[in-house]
Amino acid sequence: MYSKGTKRKFSGSADTATDDKAMAASYSLQRQSLLDMSLIKLQLCHMLVEPNLCRSVLIANTVRQIQEEMTHDGSWQVVTEAFSSPSHGPSDRLVATEVLCRSPVLEQQGGGPKLYSVMGYNGCREEEVVTDKALCSVAVGDGAPALLLGTIGHCWDRAELRVAEVEAGVSEDSLSGSGDEEETRCREGTKLATGQVFGMFEIKNSPPGSDPALEELFSDVDASYYDLDTMLTGIQSTPKMGPYDLLDSLASSHGPTSNSTCRADLNELDHIMEIIVGS
Amino acid sequence: MYLTQVLDADIISTVEFNYSGELLATGDKGGRVVIFQREQESKNRPHSRGEYNVYSTFQSHEPEFDYLKSLEIEEKINKIRWLPQQNAAHSLLSTNDKTIKLWKISERDKRAEGYNLKDEDGRLRDPFRITSLRVPVLMPMDLMVEASPRRIFANAHTYHINSISVNSDHETYLSADDLRINLWHLEITDRSFNIVDIKPANMEELTEVITAAECHPHQCNVFVYSSSKGTIRLCDMRAAALCDRQSKFFEEPEDPSSRSFFSEIISSISDVKFSHSGRYMMTRDYLSVKVWDLNMENRPVETYQVHEYLRSKLCSLYENDCIFDKFECCWNGSDSAIMTGSYNNFFRMFDRNTRRDITLEASRENSKPRAVLKPRKVSTGGKRKKDEISVDSLDFNKKILHTAWHPKENVIAVAATNNLYIFQDKIN
Repeated sequence: MYSKGTKRKFSGSADTATDDKAMAASYSLQRQSLLDMSLIKLQLCHMLVEPNLCRSVLIANTVRQIQEEMTHDGSWQVVTEAFSSPSHGPSDRLVATEVLCRSPVLEQQGGGPKLYSVMGYNGCREEEVVTDKALCSVAVGDGAPALLLGTIGHCWDRAELRVAEVEAGVSEDSLSGSGDEEETRCREGTKLATGQVFGMFEIKNSPPGSDPALEELFSDVDASYYDLDTMLTGIQSTPKMGPYDLLDSLASSHGPTSNSTCRADLNELDHIMEIIVGS
Repeated sequence: MYLTQVLDADIISTVEFNYSGELLATGDKGGRVVIFQREQESKNRPHSRGEYNVYSTFQSHEPEFDYLKSLEIEEKINKIRWLPQQNAAHSLLSTNDKTIKLWKISERDKRAEGYNLKDEDGRLRDPFRITSLRVPVLMPMDLMVEASPRRIFANAHTYHINSISVNSDHETYLSADDLRINLWHLEITDRSFNIVDIKPANMEELTEVITAAECHPHQCNVFVYSSSKGTIRLCDMRAAALCDRQSKFFEEPEDPSSRSFFSEIISSISDVKFSHSGRYMMTRDYLSVKVWDLNMENRPVETYQVHEYLRSKLCSLYENDCIFDKFECCWNGSDSAIMTGSYNNFFRMFDRNTRRDITLEASRENSKPRAVLKPRKVSTGGKRKKDEISVDSLDFNKKILHTAWHPKENVIAVAATNNLYIFQDKIN
């Protein structure tokens, strides 16, 4: 059914400071596992039916709550710093099921505490301390230790990439008053990631923002296909611009564009049309 | 209370008595509606209450495919609401995630016989053979109950419909999905008025959804809707065409000492029901049922704990998704008692006057037919008394989400997955 909580072993130490630290660490681990669990739940792979919007909203709010708390603790900053390295490329636009896999960065650093992987989640591991009681009660730990809670991984990473793109357009969010840019960006990351979950209920005509570098890389690819696999497989969005639209736009705008480019585009268009219609 | 009937079905997704209590409708996951009718009390056994027998079965909704989004539309019936009876036929509204249908259920117990132009088989007679005329007579026949779809209200909801509610004017009804509420006229299917819209301009900013909505039982201009943040908004349709600003806002301040990461989730309201009197309304969140006085917005007047022992298990219940289960609640005819479901096929009834509560189980194994139900208890402390069940032994797959109370008598219908249990009060 559900994992039974394991009891925290009595340390036997009279040192209250050590106990507090242990409790805080335990709380952080539990909070982290809750975050992981929530992110898994938001991942909706191979769904045939539209997922429950209420459930998605509640999970997303929980994720936001945890993130806010971690931001307060300062532990969120550690996470983002850990992922600022360029080891994760833009190829992660397609979010795989192993989104919460162990981070290679952390492994290089000799690994902190044992991290959770998605696949092995249901099987209880000895290291897991998922006691319901601690998570259900109050008490934000005072100054949680700076653990490398890096399992958030690719999900946030990709969101961060998009964040950089829309940063200019981001309105003043009512954050916790911290001027930390990292935190701002990560908050936006949450918004975008969750936006993708909720956005699948809409037929999107144009993806928000575009990174010029990415655009160049994928210039010959129809981006609408990648919109399919943001958070949910099997969702179709209407293509940003079909062949007929291209024809229309070319027909209406003669002036500024050079004739040669027009001609090249038209030739390409003819080629596309041939494939579509001719076959 | 004693168990009178257990009926087999597909997984039941909604249960509803009609206005007289004579009919009981159930909707299931397969899109079927099964209507039960109460037997008339026989004179031979004046002390036995009528049993409910199958009256009509029909396929209300079929699975569909949304080609635009490449997603299936489930045929599961989310809600059934009866319309007040206006003639010999009965009418009800049934809805799945996207489409609402008005069904008319009519009886036929007579057949015309003695036609002139066709014979009994229905074959046309040769007109030259007809030498005399006769008047057809109505002859009794075996009762036939026919259900026909009279109206189909489609294409008005982008999101999943969670509620429908017939207005007291008997001409209009509302339908609510996660973000919008529409007002329909029962006769008009190609148009509906949008009266509530909480969709943000930017979906990324979505943090709250509509979870349930209901029309006031007497004031046709008033309705309420509940949210995933534990709030209820009462709206007056006379105030504006778009009821985006509520007339009343009901919210209980959060108890800071019990705050956790799950606070918001368990505060999400899964059902809202007006009392028959129209003075109160009841809301169901994950752990409790609250009764609100419509004149007091800042807190409920009564709070009943359904299964407080689950509070320490919220993390596990989040993991297995049980924390998102949507329990319904209902009033009895006189508004003196309320009922709601729980896990392990338990359901709870609360007497508002005596403040007594009882936990009963809907189970074939543990209740002999016509035997008085034994109250159940879940042990919360360390020591488990005899006959008590410990929290860890509860079966979370056996959940009672849908219950209904007869509008006049102490008869209740409890849906336990794919069985419908009917309980009645003992009469002496």
